[in-house]
Amino acid sequence: MSESEYKLGIAQSLIGRGKISRRDFIHLGLAAGLTLTAADKLFVSTARAEPLQGGFAKLGMAHGATTDSIDPAGYLDTFTQTAFSGSMSNSLTEVDAKGNVQPDLAESFESSDGAKTWVFKLRKGATFHNGKNVTADDVVTSLRYHMGDETKSAAKPLLEPVASIKADGPETVLFTLKSGNADFPYIMSDYHLVIMPAKDGKADWGSGVRTGAFVLENFQPGVSAKLKRNPNYFKNGKPYLDEVEFIAITDLAARMAALSTGEVDYIGRADLKTLGMLKRNPKVEIVEVTGYGHYTLPMNVTMAPFDNPDVRMALKWAINRQEIVDKIFLGHATVANDNPIAPAIKFATNPQPQHSFDPEKAKHYLKKAGMEKLKVDLSVADAAFAGAVDAAALIRETAAQCGIDVNVVREAEDAYWDNVWLKKPWCASYWSGRATADWMFTQAFAADSSWNESFWKNPRFNELLVQGRAETDEAKRAAMYAEMQQLTHDDGGSIVLVFNNFVSAKSSKLAHGEVAPNWENDGLKMAERWWIATA
Amino acid sequence: MNPVARTVLQRLGLGLVTLFIVSIIIFSAIAMLPGDFARAMLGQSATPETVAAFQREIGIDRPPVERYFVWVGQMLHGDFGSSFASRTGYRRTVAEIIAPRLYNTMFLASMTALIAVPLALGLGILAALYRNGWFDRLVNAVTLTTISFPEFFVAYMLAYLVISRDTFIGSEFAQSLPHWLALSLNWILNAVPKFPTLSNVNDQTPFWEHVWRVALPAITLTLVIVAHMMRMTRAAIINMLASPYIDMARLKGMSPMAIVLRHALPNAWAPIVTVVAFNLAYLVVGVVVVEVVFVYPGIGQLMVDAVKSRDVPVVQACALIFAATYILLNLTADVISIATNPRLLHPR
Repeated sequence: MSESEYKLGIAQSLIGRGKISRRDFIHLGLAAGLTLTAADKLFVSTARAEPLQGGFAKLGMAHGATTDSIDPAGYLDTFTQTAFSGSMSNSLTEVDAKGNVQPDLAESFESSDGAKTWVFKLRKGATFHNGKNVTADDVVTSLRYHMGDETKSAAKPLLEPVASIKADGPETVLFTLKSGNADFPYIMSDYHLVIMPAKDGKADWGSGVRTGAFVLENFQPGVSAKLKRNPNYFKNGKPYLDEVEFIAITDLAARMAALSTGEVDYIGRADLKTLGMLKRNPKVEIVEVTGYGHYTLPMNVTMAPFDNPDVRMALKWAINRQEIVDKIFLGHATVANDNPIAPAIKFATNPQPQHSFDPEKAKHYLKKAGMEKLKVDLSVADAAFAGAVDAAALIRETAAQCGIDVNVVREAEDAYWDNVWLKKPWCASYWSGRATADWMFTQAFAADSSWNESFWKNPRFNELLVQGRAETDEAKRAAMYAEMQQLTHDDGGSIVLVFNNFVSAKSSKLAHGEVAPNWENDGLKMAERWWIATA
Repeated sequence: MNPVARTVLQRLGLGLVTLFIVSIIIFSAIAMLPGDFARAMLGQSATPETVAAFQREIGIDRPPVERYFVWVGQMLHGDFGSSFASRTGYRRTVAEIIAPRLYNTMFLASMTALIAVPLALGLGILAALYRNGWFDRLVNAVTLTTISFPEFFVAYMLAYLVISRDTFIGSEFAQSLPHWLALSLNWILNAVPKFPTLSNVNDQTPFWEHVWRVALPAITLTLVIVAHMMRMTRAAIINMLASPYIDMARLKGMSPMAIVLRHALPNAWAPIVTVVAFNLAYLVVGVVVVEVVFVYPGIGQLMVDAVKSRDVPVVQACALIFAATYILLNLTADVISIATNPRLLHPR
């Protein structure tokens, strides 16, 4: 690369930030050997990022294993989620960049009977990759795949509240829920719940025939998946790319190197420690969004000493969250306040007071609990979240100043979710977050949930949870959710440490609109939503 | 009976016994690991019912002894079984999962061997020839340096070199250097071929592109294994050079090169091939770190993946392949040692 070409590259990255004029840019372009029109075109295409058609993007994913499959009962991590759910398939609904639910394969949806009955109308003219029309039968069969005794689907608990699904003609699906749920359309956006063609009364996942923006061309588990554009896709103009290849690069340094050398155009989960070096590369841009995901330290409230709310409160005041954000996550996280509902989610509040590091308060609550000193075990492994062990070490230091002796027990990463989570009295955990307050609370805080990681059974909270779900009056709902968030903040057994950011990096030739926060990789739908801005 | 044939048969028999013992060790080791495939697959989202449904389908709800004998029975019929990643109607056999990975591993191992073995032998012979001279010292110093670094470090350094090719001139470090120095360093860096830092290949990759893609891993592994083979070659030859028959050859007036090649080397093969076989075995079974760094889909990464997800049939098959590789390569080394030593070949 010549010096002038290099300067042009830098200048190009400045356009987006409005730091270089059109005149100056064309000047540099001419020096690099471009014609006047070509330089002008380059400026315009970079500046006004109108989606362009065509091109081939290679996307480096942070996961991928030889056990991966296109079976939607699995979709364990970002490789299968992004390649097969987000790119190849559609659910009935999707969540947009603002966090609102939008119709996807469904055209519209409405509820009646206190949000107990839901009617989804399917989009007219939507077809599968093999040309077959999408019918209500396909939808019913696809969703039933995740229900019943024999299913191996991770999405089974999601569909537990559904009493019955019925096809009403070819374009209408009727859901009857066990109890009202105003947020039901959000649940239908889950990445497991993709629509597959029905074959002999069973969902045909194995053929890979779906409805999505891309058609599967080649898949080697744990290595790569190549997909090509679906020319008959039902969303106008989308997708923009002709071809995408998802490449499994689980090694962090290898991922960073692959992007630096231009082997791939995008990497998920960039290395925070070397992000500064990556930023210096003029051909690379960082994409960062605060998602719904959060790191927690659940305490089992049925066991001593965590059965005492004052002990829980003392611990909540004994942690320096800002220090953890700064030192462990290098600023790429947001301090949380023992409330699992991310600020971007509808009905989110910030319960007062903000829990921060305050030895006096911690000691005060400890005294209230009738203790002078406290010794507790904290079981952690980086399997819970990257940095858990280091965060625990910081907590140990700050808690010691409050008279609390935190004994950090380092657990094996292997089988962490089997042997530690839900088993040890106090441990570390990770939630990728859910699109609605109700969904998050139902899965991780409801008394009867098998994932109620702190075994917290607050009667008022659970009463509000059921009421709020069926309430269709927005103002009343907002008040209920505010109270529930206050309860988890004051009384709950989960210490919500931080909300983690999704930090990924891309080549400057890839362009995108506002990035969705609901899942990684632009809500898993980057292949459908992103485009190549410059050749 | 011919001693070579006898050794081969004897060793093959012992090898089978070893494999049998290895199979028991592997099976019980995996059975002792916490967690199972169903839980590993479902992760945090596992509920007791889904885990039970999963376990029933892949048959891990049955007792381990029964599972072991079913597995051994299948193996004796040449069937490696099905991966746990199979689903009803979509069987994924262990053989079809392992085959492409094994091919990739063998490809990388052969390519590395093609570079490293002649290089090590050549350097070893030259080092023996010019022993204690500056050439000998230089070769020793360089190879010992490369073997002393962990392989991932060598791998990352090579990858970084390729990255620096494009980014060096814009870096703060280059700005701080005098202009001429920065330019000439940049010129040197640009002389480095733009090797791919990502060695991801699949079954559709053409042969020569495959060769190109594995360049960096092959160079890394070469740097890691050359020292061992080179130094053994050098030591074995120097050892021979002290023998009286070499003095005789020298008195005859033969050139030093001819002495080494015609008289010393033929008698030095035994220790050299043992070390070469050891290193080749390492190339097949021990390169998982390099595979991970360059994202090369080899069998090492497959096995690590399979252990993580508790995909027992795949782990077992990989372990057996690794054990068999060691046994066969050691056997080959012994056969070559015998064949090159007349005293062993024609025992009295």
